[in-house]
Amino acid sequence: MSPEEIKPIVEAALMVAGEPLGVDRLAALFGENDGIREEVEQALAALREDYAGRGIELKEVAQGFRFQARTELAPWLNRLWEEKPPRYSRALLETLAIIAYRQPVTRGDIEDLRGVALSTGMLKTLLEREWIRVVGHREVPGRPAVYATTPKFLDYFNLRTLSELPPLPEMRPIEAPEEVAPSGPAAAQGEMELCEVVGEVAEG
Amino acid sequence: MASHTVPDTTPETSSETGAPIAMFRGRPITELPHDLYIPPDALEVILEAFEGPLDLLLYLIRRHNLDILDIPIAEVTEQYMVYIDLMQGLRLDLAAEYLAMAAVLAEIKSRMLLPRPAAVAEPEADPRAELIRRLQEYERYKDAAAGIDALPRLEREVHPVVVAFPARQVRRPEPVVGLAALGRAYVEVLLAAERYAHHHITREPLSVRERMVLVLGRLAEAPYTAFTQLFTVEEGRRGVVVAFLAILELLRESLIEIVQSGPEGPIYVKAAA
Repeated sequence: MSPEEIKPIVEAALMVAGEPLGVDRLAALFGENDGIREEVEQALAALREDYAGRGIELKEVAQGFRFQARTELAPWLNRLWEEKPPRYSRALLETLAIIAYRQPVTRGDIEDLRGVALSTGMLKTLLEREWIRVVGHREVPGRPAVYATTPKFLDYFNLRTLSELPPLPEMRPIEAPEEVAPSGPAAAQGEMELCEVVGEVAEG
Repeated sequence: MASHTVPDTTPETSSETGAPIAMFRGRPITELPHDLYIPPDALEVILEAFEGPLDLLLYLIRRHNLDILDIPIAEVTEQYMVYIDLMQGLRLDLAAEYLAMAAVLAEIKSRMLLPRPAAVAEPEADPRAELIRRLQEYERYKDAAAGIDALPRLEREVHPVVVAFPARQVRRPEPVVGLAALGRAYVEVLLAAERYAHHHITREPLSVRERMVLVLGRLAEAPYTAFTQLFTVEEGRRGVVVAFLAILELLRESLIEIVQSGPEGPIYVKAAA
């Protein structure tokens, strides 16, 4: 098949599939031809160029390619629907962030980091959305389940790989304990210094 | 987590604008605590607005320059104890974590205030270090969560193109089962079942010879008899078999003739001429 024939088929398949399609699935549309993967990849590159400057773009996410409206058009597009986009609770987002950046993690790891017990439905909600999955069990007493994120999580957040997540924020200083650690009997003095350091940090 | 009292804005922005952070029993809550003491009637709001004691403590440190050592621990502890009585119907599990935090702060403060023996050469580790490390670590993931929330995502900024594609469903009609096929299947079942039946050898209760006489008698009365009428189905399978054998035997002995009016037509039996 010529590239001119492959490109429209790839374009149409991506539009009607209703889910991202990887190169393998696209190549399978054309049978067992040698070199068809390369030709599909060329068609995808050509399509990406074709759609430059349009309202639609070709985007690669974890599970493959999909056509989608350019994200900066969302404010207008969202007026099409009456209901507002769903919002997620801070508890859910923090749990998701810990799993995404520290995976694989146990429920205990998450609770230690957040300083609160997870509500019973939290992990279940994330599992049901297929954003996380159990990837094993830690060999400690109780053999707790170990959680990791899924390709579906990446698809949802418009990402191709975990490395596309924003970098984990650096630790922000609260104070420098070693600088203000009281030496000798001057505990009260140490407390004064602590106040100053905290004040400086907050102002700066 | 129940969200009926979660403020729509974050605590940070609301404290700057002075807008109520939440409505509690019809009254606006405009002020967040400046220390760990929480007015009892705002406890529920605090429990819902903050993601736990680390979150509350971070808020107090970052927004109100709270010195975590400058908290009147005795007062706070006493007030927290009052909460326990009020908490019967509330989120006791969450309140417990705030109480645990108050206990940690009390321990830190008491250790900081104790005079240190000058003889100890190695300075004791700062008791605040562990709490501060936890606060910083929590803050990283709190920030990371905000980062994830800000990513473009499906149902909000990302709208995939889905072109309706009709006739997608492949219809596979159910095959129609005819009565004949059903009958054949039933016969197969019968045959299969018979292979499991015990084989009894008994005297033939209906002799072929006897039946041959009977058939000849019927043909004497009605010389032209339909094949099927020579069978008495009430005798069951064995009777039918005997009758069939009798007819074949009569045919072999040329005592009867079998005629058919045409292809697929009814079969008749008549006495030999």
